[in-house]
Amino acid sequence: MGRLARIPGVAFLLVVLGILFGIFAGGFASLPNLLNIGIQSSTLLLLALPMTFIIMTEGLDLSMGAVLGLTGVVLASALVAGNTLIVAFAAALGVGLAFGIANGLLVVKLGLPPFVATLGTLGIAQGIALVMTGGESVAGIGPALPKLYATKWVGIPFSILVAALMYAAFHFLLYHTRFGNYVFAIGGNREALVLAGVPAGFFHVLVYALAGLMTGFAALLLTGRMNSGHPIAAMGMEFDAIAAVIVGGTERQRGNGWLPGTVLGVLAVGVLRNGLNVMAIQSSLQVASIGLLLIVALLIDSIRKRQL
Amino acid sequence: MKYRLIGVALIVLALGLSSDAFATPSNLLNVLRQASLIFLSASGLTLVIVGAGLDLSVGANLGLSACFAAAAIKATGALSSGFAAGLACGIIVGLLNGLMVTKLRLPPFIATYGMLWMLYGVNYWYMKGDTIYGFPSSFRALGSGDLLDIPIPVYLMVIGLLAGGVFTRYTTLGHEVYAIGANAEAARLSGIPVSSRLILLYTLSGAMAGLAGVIYLARLNSAEAGIGTPLLLPAIAAVLIGGTSLFGGSGGLAGTMIGAIILTLVLNGMNLLGINSNWQPLVTGVIILFAALIDSVTRRHAELGA
Repeated sequence: MGRLARIPGVAFLLVVLGILFGIFAGGFASLPNLLNIGIQSSTLLLLALPMTFIIMTEGLDLSMGAVLGLTGVVLASALVAGNTLIVAFAAALGVGLAFGIANGLLVVKLGLPPFVATLGTLGIAQGIALVMTGGESVAGIGPALPKLYATKWVGIPFSILVAALMYAAFHFLLYHTRFGNYVFAIGGNREALVLAGVPAGFFHVLVYALAGLMTGFAALLLTGRMNSGHPIAAMGMEFDAIAAVIVGGTERQRGNGWLPGTVLGVLAVGVLRNGLNVMAIQSSLQVASIGLLLIVALLIDSIRKRQL
Repeated sequence: MKYRLIGVALIVLALGLSSDAFATPSNLLNVLRQASLIFLSASGLTLVIVGAGLDLSVGANLGLSACFAAAAIKATGALSSGFAAGLACGIIVGLLNGLMVTKLRLPPFIATYGMLWMLYGVNYWYMKGDTIYGFPSSFRALGSGDLLDIPIPVYLMVIGLLAGGVFTRYTTLGHEVYAIGANAEAARLSGIPVSSRLILLYTLSGAMAGLAGVIYLARLNSAEAGIGTPLLLPAIAAVLIGGTSLFGGSGGLAGTMIGAIILTLVLNGMNLLGINSNWQPLVTGVIILFAALIDSVTRRHAELGA
């Protein structure tokens, strides 16, 4: 199945959602609200990009939401303690990277099934964040991060800029570097990679490490938006990311990944959440609707495959 | 199994030496009471994992079932309606999981993880931030009462263990579960209806989560939307510590019972030593990784030996 054959699915979904909310949710189709969708989606995109790589390698990372909660708390606490933004950001990146590397080693070197390895690190990250904060928000982060977060470039908000730059970087990585080829091959034909003398294990760990690193970047956006850190602020965000990646057409088998689809998937999740929000439907039902979105997308996919 | 029992003995010894409050009959019975709740939620999950599947929705399912049970009892005043509502919720969720895994061919961890968040959402929507509390003492006895000085949930654990033991050892169905877990393709070729057996397993897991929800409700005497969320990690931990392999085909309920007891001993010990409960997810996470590591190493060892 060529790439083109996959485009209509998620793009169609996005258009249908857009039209539905445009009609039924007053104020949905206004410029400030559309910009809002972009801002809300940018944090999710930072998680969904590396999640695409992970799912392509037949893996999964359930710890991302919890690790993002932790990196957010680390960032906020470091700022509260009076560190400069650079130092605080570096600390968040370091913590995220450490968790990513740990996940990678557990999965690749120790052979644990990805969901159980990352479920374990989920508990650990959540536990550390809870112990650090006692379950409370970390407020009073000073002016540096809010100032950075409020920066605009040609009218484009900071978070959308970061998300766009990250997309460009991941796109380049996946489609124009040897690392990208390896990512395709680890899920598709690992055996051949190993026989060709490529240290597949190293690159496989790198995929998870990248995911950890991105939670550090996501912490910058999340904490900037909320103006504080909270241990369970991002709980379950990994599920939104998984849903976005799968809705976007990346398949778990054969290294079949499609990065532009992930952007569309993230937007579909963002539009769904925002539209329901505008219609004043509680966030609890939004979670359920994302599960439904995932199942509908998979159903369409499975029906289409049977027809081919 | 031998090593696990030695493990239990060592933990008991260490805790007995470090805390005076530990080795009292009331505390030990309390440990068993809590362990039996974990066991109930992990029992169906154990069989699913033996069949090389996975059910990450048990905690959320338990929570929603408990809330439905609470609402049903409040609405009708009849305890049986609570059981019916809790079990029905659990069974329907389990059935849906089974259908997603077999008919839609979704990977079990994605299907049941999606189910987790959907149940979570439905639960918060249904409860609207409310807490339902205050139930008749006859109902509460199921969770917090005693019979002949032994907590009633412990009887349920023993019944579950015996029923599960008979099922896995002496019924064709039970043997088929192990065959499917060891090699689904071989099982299919030898004429086992793999799909319908898997649906049955997921439904059973859902039903046990529903039952555990009702018992949990009886113990807490109150229900709110979030009560099931912290219960997933302990359930998985109990199964893994109990030696059921994540790769399917081996393990069983006796191990899960010991796993539940070990986990509860550790958490109880932390409690008695005055360690903040915020540490619990961290410790449970470490235990899960440790148990999974042992599983993975044992499996590699067995493959090399064979």
